[in-house]
Amino acid sequence: MLFQDVVFWVLAIVAIGAALGVVVIRDLFRSALLLALVFIAVAGFFVLMSAEFLAVVQVLIYVGAISILFIFAVMLTSDVRRGNLPNRLQIPAVVLPALLLAAMVVTAVSTDWRLIPDSQQERVGLVQTQSVNVLSDSALEQAGVSSPEEMQEIQQAGIADLLISDFVLPFEVASVLLLAALIGALALARGREGT
Amino acid sequence: MSLESMLIVAAILFCIGLYGALARSNVIAVLMSIELMFNGVNLTFVALSRYVVPQAIQDNIASVLTGQVFAVFIITVAAAEIALGLGIVFAMYRSTETVNLTEAAQLRY
Repeated sequence: MLFQDVVFWVLAIVAIGAALGVVVIRDLFRSALLLALVFIAVAGFFVLMSAEFLAVVQVLIYVGAISILFIFAVMLTSDVRRGNLPNRLQIPAVVLPALLLAAMVVTAVSTDWRLIPDSQQERVGLVQTQSVNVLSDSALEQAGVSSPEEMQEIQQAGIADLLISDFVLPFEVASVLLLAALIGALALARGREGT
Repeated sequence: MSLESMLIVAAILFCIGLYGALARSNVIAVLMSIELMFNGVNLTFVALSRYVVPQAIQDNIASVLTGQVFAVFIITVAAAEIALGLGIVFAMYRSTETVNLTEAAQLRY
């Protein structure tokens, strides 16, 4: 438990410090690199919350693709030398997020969350791990799950199953969205003269 | 590490992103800030699905993964958004030679 707390605080400090750097530093190239650091810290948070699949996806898509795209964008636009100038909205831009942050912190602290009881925590962690690694019977037994029905229930739980059963419609819509984004990005990048 | 501290970290990330999106004048910096906000939301989804689950957990244990499924969709949409957004940035740079939002005012007059 103590180890998890230490990791949590290190990740929190890295994530928040790097995020502040992204919005404050004037050199856009450095902000792009700091943004990659934020993404890695968030992937660490996902591992801490036993969402390993999401951590992998986060590293692949955010760190691997989106950060690189940002670095390309920074290097292809020569405005970089002028850097990341602030605009004239400074005061409302500080006040509004500060108020929102205060509201969210108060809500997070004062709400009486209906937490998963401690007796169930173990099983929830197992299900979330199971979504990436198929847990064998013996591994489940070691974790304290003994009845065969329970084993089967945990072994059948997985993100992939949810995606093609309960969430099949959003899944298909997401594929159409990606296709539309692909065509749109091509059309935008090709410019007008090519038609 | 508890639900509250996780939610507070996510809220801080979101608010830093909101500040960046409002206060910066470079389009690329604004897009980066929007990515920060997406990450804050993702963290909230995963934290809530890890620690808080409504009674659904009684009838189907797989429902603790719902928050993660939402996060997967958010990542998908964020990837599509960034591909299109940077495409628009390049188009804007080609026609106006700037990526500064305060100078991109062709549609105002």
